[in-house]
Amino acid sequence: MSLFWFSHTALEPESYRSRLTDPAAGGYASFEGWVRNHNEGQPVTRLEYEAFESLAVKEGERIVREAIARFGVLHAACVHRLGSLQIGELAVWVGVSSHHRAEAFAACRYIIDEVKHRVPIWKKEYYLNGDSGWVNCERCASAHR
Amino acid sequence: MWYAPPQPNETSQSTELIMTNAAPLFGLVLAGGASTRMRRDKAALEYHGRTQLEWTYELVSTLCLATFVSVRPEQRNDPVRARFPQIIDKEDEFGPLAGIAAALRAHPKAAWLVVACDLPFVTEATLRRLVEARDPERIATVYRSSRDGSPEPLCAIWEPAARAAVSQHLAVGKLCPRKLLIQSDCKLIDLVDPHALENINTPEEWQAANARLANKRTEGDSSEEQRTSISLRVQYFAVLREQAGRSEELLDSFARSPSELYEQLRAKHGFSLEPSQLKVAVNDEFSDWNVRLQHGDTVVFIPPVAGG
Repeated sequence: MSLFWFSHTALEPESYRSRLTDPAAGGYASFEGWVRNHNEGQPVTRLEYEAFESLAVKEGERIVREAIARFGVLHAACVHRLGSLQIGELAVWVGVSSHHRAEAFAACRYIIDEVKHRVPIWKKEYYLNGDSGWVNCERCASAHR
Repeated sequence: MWYAPPQPNETSQSTELIMTNAAPLFGLVLAGGASTRMRRDKAALEYHGRTQLEWTYELVSTLCLATFVSVRPEQRNDPVRARFPQIIDKEDEFGPLAGIAAALRAHPKAAWLVVACDLPFVTEATLRRLVEARDPERIATVYRSSRDGSPEPLCAIWEPAARAAVSQHLAVGKLCPRKLLIQSDCKLIDLVDPHALENINTPEEWQAANARLANKRTEGDSSEEQRTSISLRVQYFAVLREQAGRSEELLDSFARSPSELYEQLRAKHGFSLEPSQLKVAVNDEFSDWNVRLQHGDTVVFIPPVAGG
């Protein structure tokens, strides 16, 4: 079963959650990243995600494996949305099941933090004033001729 | 998937390496050994400032139409080996001969320049001499051992005609490629440097080898490397895709590293990002900026990421 994958359609946390069930699990923690209507003071109307999928899947899988090994949790998985998203939609889902709650929280946090930093996924925000921009990308502004 | 080696019946640009009526020459770097005496992975040892596997792969690929790394099934995702095109041993066959057998089966029309990855003194000249002396009418062209005069199977050219004999040898449980060659009709040639095929099995031998290589370098014997252009595929994402105005391009380049390639593409497309803001991937894996690019590589420059 894959540990990290992409979806081009709306995420379905209920179906992912059921993959993590285990009689030995005493708890389950999840994180959902949602599209919000503002960033750094600018009103955001929608955004677009794109990924270098072949490498992103490998790196995402490595991160989830690391989390399982590091925190000794039972199961973990992460799904990231691609394409055009509206305000309030789910951008990313992380789920972890484990014997005890502390490792589940820690592993969940580790996965989302590492995914944000390491996986080749890019986010373009579209603003109310008609501008758009690549997030985290200094000097990218000069791209918009 | 990401790597499409030329098929033997295609015409190639490297015509100088193709003999008439001879099978096209593919390369096979043997990296499936258990490294028992070294107690660590020999393919990952560094001799020339790079892993021995990278070094050997580069040498072999300059002389071959397509080059593969021979691995055992359980090694295919190992980080040292994963970035290379691979040929995987059959589950139930073992030793270097299993790698040669798998290659001969995978591309039955090709001849194979087979080189083990634990031979730090092999040079391009060692391999070129083998290629020039090749006799495609025999089952193999090999060096005569400077120790005992027997054939050296792990720095040799194996012809397509060797396939049946290799498979039979393995099928009856014989694993030794040297014994197979002793019984076979192969062309033997002599080494110019008697130490060229010394292999490295222990940590002590590794240290001694590094010292010897360092001496050679200071003697200034490094031959002038000629620049030839290679075909590369570059994929663009996010801001680089917008600035390049395309998601992919194929190009012939003299760039030897991702670093040089980015300079060229930046001049061409006016990329605003500094190299220090980017990461680079070669063949779908994160890579060093100074890695030697190979013909057929796919390169991706990765702008600052923002998942989640």
